[in-house]
Amino acid sequence: MDKASTSKFSLRTRPTSEKLVDVGFKNIVVAMASMVAIVLFSIFVVVYYESTESISRYGLRFLFSSAWNPVTDEYGAFTAIYGTLFTSIASLLIAIPLGVGTAIFITENIIPKYIRNVIGIMVELLAAIPSVVLGLWAVFIMEPFIRPFLNIIYELFGFIPFFGTQPLGAGMMPAILILVVMILPIITSISKDSLNQVPSKLRQAAYGIGASRWTTIFKVIIPAAISGITGGVLLALGRAMGETMAVTMIIGNSNNFSWSIFAPSYTISSMLANQFGEADGSQVSSLMYAALILMILTLLVNVFAQWIVKKLSLKYQ
Amino acid sequence: MNYTKQKSLTYNPSLTRNIGNKALTITSALFAIISVLPLILVISYVLIKGGSYINIDTIILEPEPPGDDLLSAGGIGPAITGTFIMSVIASIISIPVGVGGGIYLAEYSKSGKFAKFIRFGSNVLAGVPSIIAGVFIYAIIVSTKILFGSMFSGIAGGISLSILMVPTIIKTSDEALKLVPNDMRRAAFGVGASKFTMITNITLPAAFSSISTGVLLALARAAGETAPLIFTALFSRYYITSFDDLFYEMGSLSVLIYNFALEPYEAQNQLAWAASFILVVVLLSLNILSRWIGTLGAFSKNKV
Repeated sequence: MDKASTSKFSLRTRPTSEKLVDVGFKNIVVAMASMVAIVLFSIFVVVYYESTESISRYGLRFLFSSAWNPVTDEYGAFTAIYGTLFTSIASLLIAIPLGVGTAIFITENIIPKYIRNVIGIMVELLAAIPSVVLGLWAVFIMEPFIRPFLNIIYELFGFIPFFGTQPLGAGMMPAILILVVMILPIITSISKDSLNQVPSKLRQAAYGIGASRWTTIFKVIIPAAISGITGGVLLALGRAMGETMAVTMIIGNSNNFSWSIFAPSYTISSMLANQFGEADGSQVSSLMYAALILMILTLLVNVFAQWIVKKLSLKYQ
Repeated sequence: MNYTKQKSLTYNPSLTRNIGNKALTITSALFAIISVLPLILVISYVLIKGGSYINIDTIILEPEPPGDDLLSAGGIGPAITGTFIMSVIASIISIPVGVGGGIYLAEYSKSGKFAKFIRFGSNVLAGVPSIIAGVFIYAIIVSTKILFGSMFSGIAGGISLSILMVPTIIKTSDEALKLVPNDMRRAAFGVGASKFTMITNITLPAAFSSISTGVLLALARAAGETAPLIFTALFSRYYITSFDDLFYEMGSLSVLIYNFALEPYEAQNQLAWAASFILVVVLLSLNILSRWIGTLGAFSKNKV
């Protein structure tokens, strides 16, 4: 004690104001972090609350009926649910090979690193283009361009229900293609990151025992990176299910159910975008019910994505 | 010797495995080309087609009602200012919440139960479809007229965009702060800094460039969003002239593109292309700027 007081340094006690600032700041950041939970929770509560009327009136029948008649107050979201699931899964089936293939191409040393980086950045920039601009492009450029090809498919395979109507413009097929464009960057960039994280020892060991490049990729690299790739695919699925603008502009917005991928259809999000503005009464409640279904679907996919990344990634740590 | 036939060690291109390898390499190259193609096509159409409709009038004038004048549709001026104003509102809300949340996760509770829950929650929130954010804001702000009796408003639009920005900002702030070495924190505590001083003077500045990258990326995503705006901010053809106008319908570039692309009139369609030109140029610049800023920081992940 003596020594401390006589030396030219003295112990400084923290002034109360400094402690107050410290505690106050902590409380503020805790509040900010809690906002996330509050918003997420209230989204669920609000959407559920607004849809209670429809839920109690239609129950599960809502999921299997494709009636949508504001005059007679008869609502069912089957066409929209089918459209949401079909477009997103079909686009995923096209985008997975493209995205993972591209990711492999830009993580392997096939061409100089400089060009690979440029390709990687270009695919990621694709994600920066707003959905409404892609929709505009799809309406005016892509759809007129692909229509003759779709017509050929219709003429050759029209007897199959999936190709059973003549492509006349907006429809499910162009919507699927534009969804491919939108989810490709997600699959590519997440697959690229997880392929890059595979320890190079694994690759060297495979080469060392005589495996060829693609044997190494299929038997060693992809299995090691599978958690990230699956996570990316699931995130892309969630994105595709919730995607609104581009799909609304090109899918044709019709609630008539059809097996044909050339016919106009609906997704839950395009139904919301189209009708929510002018809806009232029980139509709002039915739209909210559809929104609730969309939320639950995307939530399941996203939670499953997070779970699978955690579950599978432990293997190669 | 066990083996009977001496195999050559030189590369033999006619072996099945080598042919298969070549074929798969070419396939993957083809996939990469197909993946890059949409970007090139979309960008070139938007730049060439949209750029050809850009002139002083299109940028400054207010849009005409569809069908009024078949030759000229006016301009996109109010939409540009509207997008700007709503992005600013969204940033004012989401930057404090996002960075604050990130600070909590990285500095106060690295692996606590609540922190895990918040990380999970922000990942889930990031996956919520943007149209749901619009529906949510419609239900709690627009239909209840909670904002001084106004219904559709630029403020409601800004708030719904902020919901989309927060998860990205939280995530990047959290990760950026975690990359700051713990030695710096210990050194700050060692010379007597309080935790508040340590965060504001040491770790936040060190992580500043990575956090700005996240903020810019979030902003670039929000500014291009349409779905949350079509029933929160709606659309307006007029410039805002006073502060009160924030409480009324507000136009934006993205909603203008959506509305005018579906009009049967050529003049309106041209305006939609012009608006896409402005939007895409601004968003791509923001994206490239954020990448560049990300390489500047001392502890950034993308350091080359």
